Amino acid sequence: MCTLEKHGNVFILTLTGSSDLDEHRFSPRVIDSILSALSQAKAQATPGSILVTTSHGKFFSNGFDLAWAQAAGSRTGARERLHQMVEDFKPVVAAMIALPMPTVAAINGHAAAAGFSLALSHDYVLMRRDKGVLYMSEVDIGLTLPDYFVALFRAKIGSASVRRDILLRARKIKGEEAVKMGIVDSAHDSVEQVAEASMRLGKQLASRKWSGEVYAEIRKSLYPELCGVLGLAQKVVLANSKL
Amino acid sequence: MCTLEKRGSLYILTLTGSGEHRLNPTLIDAIQSALRRVKAEPTTSSSALITTAQGKFFSNGFDLAWAQSIQSNLLLMSQKLQSLIHDLITLPMPSIAAISGHVSAAGVFLALSHDYVLMRKDRGFLYMSELDIGMTIPAVYIALLESKIGEPMARRQMLLRAAKLTAKEAVERGIIDAAYDSVDETIRAAVELGEELVKRKWDGHVYAQNRMVILREVLDKLEFDETGGGITNTKSKL
Repeated sequence: MCTLEKHGNVFILTLTGSSDLDEHRFSPRVIDSILSALSQAKAQATPGSILVTTSHGKFFSNGFDLAWAQAAGSRTGARERLHQMVEDFKPVVAAMIALPMPTVAAINGHAAAAGFSLALSHDYVLMRRDKGVLYMSEVDIGLTLPDYFVALFRAKIGSASVRRDILLRARKIKGEEAVKMGIVDSAHDSVEQVAEASMRLGKQLASRKWSGEVYAEIRKSLYPELCGVLGLAQKVVLANSKL
Repeated sequence: MCTLEKRGSLYILTLTGSGEHRLNPTLIDAIQSALRRVKAEPTTSSSALITTAQGKFFSNGFDLAWAQSIQSNLLLMSQKLQSLIHDLITLPMPSIAAISGHVSAAGVFLALSHDYVLMRKDRGFLYMSELDIGMTIPAVYIALLESKIGEPMARRQMLLRAAKLTAKEAVERGIIDAAYDSVDETIRAAVELGEELVKRKWDGHVYAQNRMVILREVLDKLEFDETGGGITNTKSKL
């Protein structure tokens, strides 16, 4: 599942699991709990709020719960369950893009498929350089990509050759390379340092005390194609008392 | 407001005075008037436009003090700016912005509507202030940024971090073309670049057509009153 804690201005969303080897897969229940947590953060947002998302152990998240899909017992059943998770997860990405506060993903381990997408839905992504890879596994395991995944990658990653390497080459990308490829903002020597740097960045962003509503609208305007695919409308906000 | 000078084949448009060169209706009208004069000149030879300013600021954006938070005032300035951007995108000659000082918000849109952007590196910041002052940004201006700045992280840093970028940082992020040690050096480089472009003897109208194709997405989103001045729609759309 996941937990949401508040430390001062910082909301910390943690993907929880049973052990250090937990893959933090997105089953419908996990997706539901993430959506709940994001609603909660949104409801409690004030100027200067920020969200940091992280997990513990070897994996940030390895994507959708394919084992649960297989457990349907038939090919049609499995496909339906997978389709359900793809549809259920779309509101999570939409909620991230519309979230009225800056967002930071503190990547503690492997982030693959939908896990990579969750990371990329954040404004800033920090990861380890000692361990962990970013990996879009779909072409390796024979799954097509949901339209909103591709729109997300197109919005966040500028280089056509990098997008090709990620989506059509299924490259497993380590921290140092991910920085060079323009996928993540920084890579750090250990998981503790990722956590520290994420909190530091979070506090810097929080100190600007931006209006969450304006922040979210500007974020949405930055990604018009993605918003179109997610069905996110934009509105105009005209200034405030500072004028 | 502004002056227009001809130096050989180069037109130099200068925003005059030591103020912030805020883009209010009067200044935008003056700039558009100057551009009309440029367009009206007989095109016997290729030309280029250099836009620059006097004083500490290139332009600090819309005149929010004049607008007094009245929506129709803000809408008028935005529509006039869009009309000006249209003029620059359809200008039948290469254009160079020589950024002589601070450039922020709508001032950045004005600068980026030029083909080349050169900036002094000794003073001045490039700064999208909208997030800090609590204003959202209409889609047409985002389309302009997207067409000129390729890296998503650079656009995010400008819009979602409201970073005050030095000229050097702006070059590194692919936002502007080059940075120079002083305002005189910047203008000298602009003149040199202008002369180099003029030497190619391009047909200005072909140049403009090519530019319009490249900036098609921006052109499609521009909304303004071609008859010059009124508010054509009252939809809430800054």
